[in-house]
Amino acid sequence: MFKKNYFVPLLALLPALLLSGCDTKMLVFDPKGPAARDILDLINWSLVFMLLVVVVVFGLFGYIIWKYRATPENKDYEPPEEHGSTKLELIWTFIPILIVIVLTIPTVKTIYKLEKVPAGYENKQPITINVTSADWKWIFSYPEQGIETVNYVNIPAGTPVKFKLTSAGTMQSFWVPQLGGQKYTMNKMETKLYLTADKPGEFLGRNTNFNGKGYADMEFTVEAKSPQAFDKWVKEVKTTAPKLTEKKYYDLLKPTHLGRETYIGTHLQWVDHGKMNSKTYTNPELYEVHGVKGKIFKDEEPSKKTTDETMNMDGMDMTDKSNGGEHDGH
Amino acid sequence: MSANVNTALPLEYQTEQNRMNILGFWIFLGAEIVLFGTLFATFSVLNARFAGGPTPHDLFEIKDVMVETILLLTSSFTCGLAIYEMRRGSRNGLLLWFIITLLLGAGFVFMEVTEFVHYVHEGATMQTSAFLSSFFVLLGTHGLHVSMGIGWATMVIIQIFQRGLTPVTARKTFIIGLYWHFLDVVWIFIFTFVYLARMVA
Amino acid sequence: MGINWHDFFIVGNPLILGSQIAILLTMIGIVAGVSYLKKWKWLWREWLTTVDHKRIGIMYILSGVLMFFRGGVDGLLMKAQTSRPEMKFLDAQHYNEIFTTHGVIMILFAAMPLLIGIMNVIIPLQIGARDVAFPQLNALSFWLFFAGAMLFNISFVIGGSPDAGWTSYFPLAGKEFTPGIGNNYYAVALQIAGIGTLMTGINFIVTILKMRTKGMGLMKMPMFTWTSFVASIIIVASFPIFTVALALMTFDRIFGTHFFTLSAGGMDMMWVNLFWLWGHPEVYIVVLPAFGMFSEVIATFSRKMLFGYKSMVFSVVGIAFLSMLVWVHHFFTMGSGPAVNSIFSITTMMIAIPTGVKMFNWLFTMRKGRIQFTTAMLWALAFIPCFIIGGVTGVMLAMGAADYQYHNTLFLVAHFHYVLIPGVVFAVFAALYYWWPKMFGFMLNEKIGKIHFWLFVIGFNVTFMPMFFLGLDGAVRRSYTYSAESGFAPLFMVSAIGAVILALGFAALCYNIYWSARYADRNISNDPWDARTLEWATASPAPFYNFAKLPEVKSVDAYWYMKKHNEGLTLEDNEIKEIHMPSNSGLPFFMGVVFGISGFFLVFEWKIAALVAMIGILAGLIIRSFDYNDGFHVSVDEIKQTEKAWRGNDKGVNNHVS
Repeated sequence: MFKKNYFVPLLALLPALLLSGCDTKMLVFDPKGPAARDILDLINWSLVFMLLVVVVVFGLFGYIIWKYRATPENKDYEPPEEHGSTKLELIWTFIPILIVIVLTIPTVKTIYKLEKVPAGYENKQPITINVTSADWKWIFSYPEQGIETVNYVNIPAGTPVKFKLTSAGTMQSFWVPQLGGQKYTMNKMETKLYLTADKPGEFLGRNTNFNGKGYADMEFTVEAKSPQAFDKWVKEVKTTAPKLTEKKYYDLLKPTHLGRETYIGTHLQWVDHGKMNSKTYTNPELYEVHGVKGKIFKDEEPSKKTTDETMNMDGMDMTDKSNGGEHDGH
Repeated sequence: MSANVNTALPLEYQTEQNRMNILGFWIFLGAEIVLFGTLFATFSVLNARFAGGPTPHDLFEIKDVMVETILLLTSSFTCGLAIYEMRRGSRNGLLLWFIITLLLGAGFVFMEVTEFVHYVHEGATMQTSAFLSSFFVLLGTHGLHVSMGIGWATMVIIQIFQRGLTPVTARKTFIIGLYWHFLDVVWIFIFTFVYLARMVA
Repeated sequence: MGINWHDFFIVGNPLILGSQIAILLTMIGIVAGVSYLKKWKWLWREWLTTVDHKRIGIMYILSGVLMFFRGGVDGLLMKAQTSRPEMKFLDAQHYNEIFTTHGVIMILFAAMPLLIGIMNVIIPLQIGARDVAFPQLNALSFWLFFAGAMLFNISFVIGGSPDAGWTSYFPLAGKEFTPGIGNNYYAVALQIAGIGTLMTGINFIVTILKMRTKGMGLMKMPMFTWTSFVASIIIVASFPIFTVALALMTFDRIFGTHFFTLSAGGMDMMWVNLFWLWGHPEVYIVVLPAFGMFSEVIATFSRKMLFGYKSMVFSVVGIAFLSMLVWVHHFFTMGSGPAVNSIFSITTMMIAIPTGVKMFNWLFTMRKGRIQFTTAMLWALAFIPCFIIGGVTGVMLAMGAADYQYHNTLFLVAHFHYVLIPGVVFAVFAALYYWWPKMFGFMLNEKIGKIHFWLFVIGFNVTFMPMFFLGLDGAVRRSYTYSAESGFAPLFMVSAIGAVILALGFAALCYNIYWSARYADRNISNDPWDARTLEWATASPAPFYNFAKLPEVKSVDAYWYMKKHNEGLTLEDNEIKEIHMPSNSGLPFFMGVVFGISGFFLVFEWKIAALVAMIGILAGLIIRSFDYNDGFHVSVDEIKQTEKAWRGNDKGVNNHVS
């Protein structure tokens, strides 16, 4: 009985081939910026060698099980006692080592390249945008422009953007596949990601690190506008958008689902979640699972109480202390 | 399992099963090294995160730690004496030094509990900061191991009273000796990296 | 302590309510059935108190199959929910609990027990021993696993399941973001089962090092024994890390410490590191014994010795060593910096090298052999191309910069299913078909077996191949739904159909077990496959003492050598001596129960009650310490009778197949 089960995965490839023939290419294969392109080059390079491995192994496999299958005719065939072959074993050790080396060099190069402003854009003045992930939304602060947007971010096309990533709470991952790879956002940490859009366009972005009930909704849009259109948009925001107040910002940090919002001013004037000693903002009582509300065990940073603590204590349930500690705060 | 008795070896190594038990315990100690290693790694990551709460300078009293150390290290020495007596075939010598070991160990545990209670009264609990969480869990795990060891050793002492020195009781004694020495080594790392390093920094 | 009694039993959801009723009825049914058949004494004597490695192995395997069913249902539910965009079949909370339990159950409560179960049954037989080094500890390992598994499984009907993913990342898994006791189940149940696994690791290292029969040097051991040995070493090296991580999680959630919290200095990245320091070696713990199973099956059904034994051993050791050096590849995107990411890209890619060596060794074992397409062999054959796909996509993921695009997408999910299912599940199926006669004395039906095979392999590929492309198109993992505009719908539907085919395949397996138990011929040879290793030199099923006379080994593939040279196959009366076997014990079962009860109390944060229950654990330990029961002796007459039954009149080896 002939083993044909490598045909099955190849068959499943058909829909993909068909799809790629259509207008819509897979996002990772449709780069719109230098970072995504560098990664795609690396992926394509790896595909060449992986396809080579697949063809060689599948070929050997198919040949061997066909040629050496048991049939009534070869009933008396006594397979030889073969311990091995040092020559063969060396070959199939060293060729994979070579392949690994050949893959490693561009990998390391690309890893380092992605940490910097992309090639060809060194002369452009980069802009900085702070990204704060929260439940269940993305908050974008433009410190140089003095505005803040929620669930969408506009960037000037042809300009490297330095995204400073952090989180107000849960660990998330900032990903815009057509512009580049992703990076995690973490509270009290700041990670950095350079993304650039070659030309104007609209791109999908989303969180990839599961963070709870509202995770499926953590999408955002990146729109690259021409530098002039971008400046025009900033001006428009500064004249028409509402001002961001501290209270409004803390409301934003609650686990709600919002659409797009735009504000004048950024939250960086009150808190930068990326700083190690920034205040912790959680709303445990707003999380509920099977009837049980979330809780924390103690005051937050007891010796760093700010005068504004009423904002943080809003509705926070501090009465539940049914745990091992006899501690009464200090 | 047929007993493969070799009377040229020390009592605890004489049967095949005994040799396997001892090997198994060495491997278990390997796992314990990984366990404590992980706790030490956790401590080294979190040990400077005081969250505005008490620091080692505020809390640690070198005198008490010294006494704990002397108690535990001496108990390791007396444990060695106990095994020496066992090799000599002296049941009473073994029991004497074994019991002294446990008393010293109990003294260590008593002092450590007192130390913890003192910290809690000072307002430093494991809920106060990451530093204190990792401190209490590392030290507490070690202290719990020592306490369990005392209980276990008591069981073995009773069995020696009941049955005398046999290959099985010798094996049990030897194994708990290994355990005790291991905990002593862990303590040396603790008082070096947790207490001393913090106090001279 | 305020437990919300209204939500103690999860009643709101009809699916869950239905399950609660089904579970209750099943439990009543089992109790009624056993009572009616008057089998309580038998159950206690033969199974609950056994220390026989073969019985323990069978219990592990049975549990693993049941858990595989549960994990599979979880998977089916997930596929049903994602088959169309914006489906309302499962809400987000329910879906999150289901993918969490799917992952935990499949890896820790299905794959591990299946592999450990097969190791338990076969390894003492393969090395010519009578049992493992520590039989009672072995039983304890099983009952601890069982207690952990049961505790984890009741979570969805009592109190709610964990819902932060099988990786349980913080701060999500902490009390601030995931209230309730669901994640407590994770921390406690896995801790209990983990203790059992650690004990198993120690047990098998000592067994393999100290109990091999005369003449079996390390380089003459069967390859399955080698890989299990190395896997046991990885267990001992890595499980304590998970023990600590889970303990710290327990402290954070139940006692308010700050290891991984957002406030007071906690560090969520530390959980990620601790988890994966264990988590990566864990996947090698499951895959290495599986590789060993393939080595046995491929050699037997090619009728040819394993090609390149030495390099196979070096590869396994190399894989094990490297497995401890790659953990950061699970979080290349966490911002560790280019130097760290580069180093771990390199170490991760390096693992492909010994794995490739093994692949070629298997291919060249078959080359110049005479390949028989039995069901067991079919699984080993399907493994090769399917695992290669998993392996090459693994190399793609290992390239750090590329991973920035693949990470946490369905591409990653497809990769690990393409290594885990062909690598582990196919191996377990192969092992079950291969060693079934050794365990039970009859064979699984080959015809039904082939239906099981084709449905499962086709279903597997149809389910997971589309996910590579979905991932490259931006589809992320763990998302309970997606929009119609995304364009993901057609491939998700294909995948869902594949899952149904997979389920049918599993059903075929269940039917095979039922049909064979009922109808298969019990009059089979001790060696129905004309195999190569020592486990086949004794009766099928093996007698409780394994071998009447411990065999003497002269070469690799010891039994094949015995058959070729007609050595050691007969048993003379004067060769039979009394055999010393360990006695049964009810203590491991008791410890399982007590751990389960105190674990339950801890999950619900009734700390005093948990402490009281732990006194039971102490009591068990004390009883064990005073237990001087040294086993019993099997009389020569009994051995004579047992041996005569399978060796036939001339006391030689009966070679007739059913």
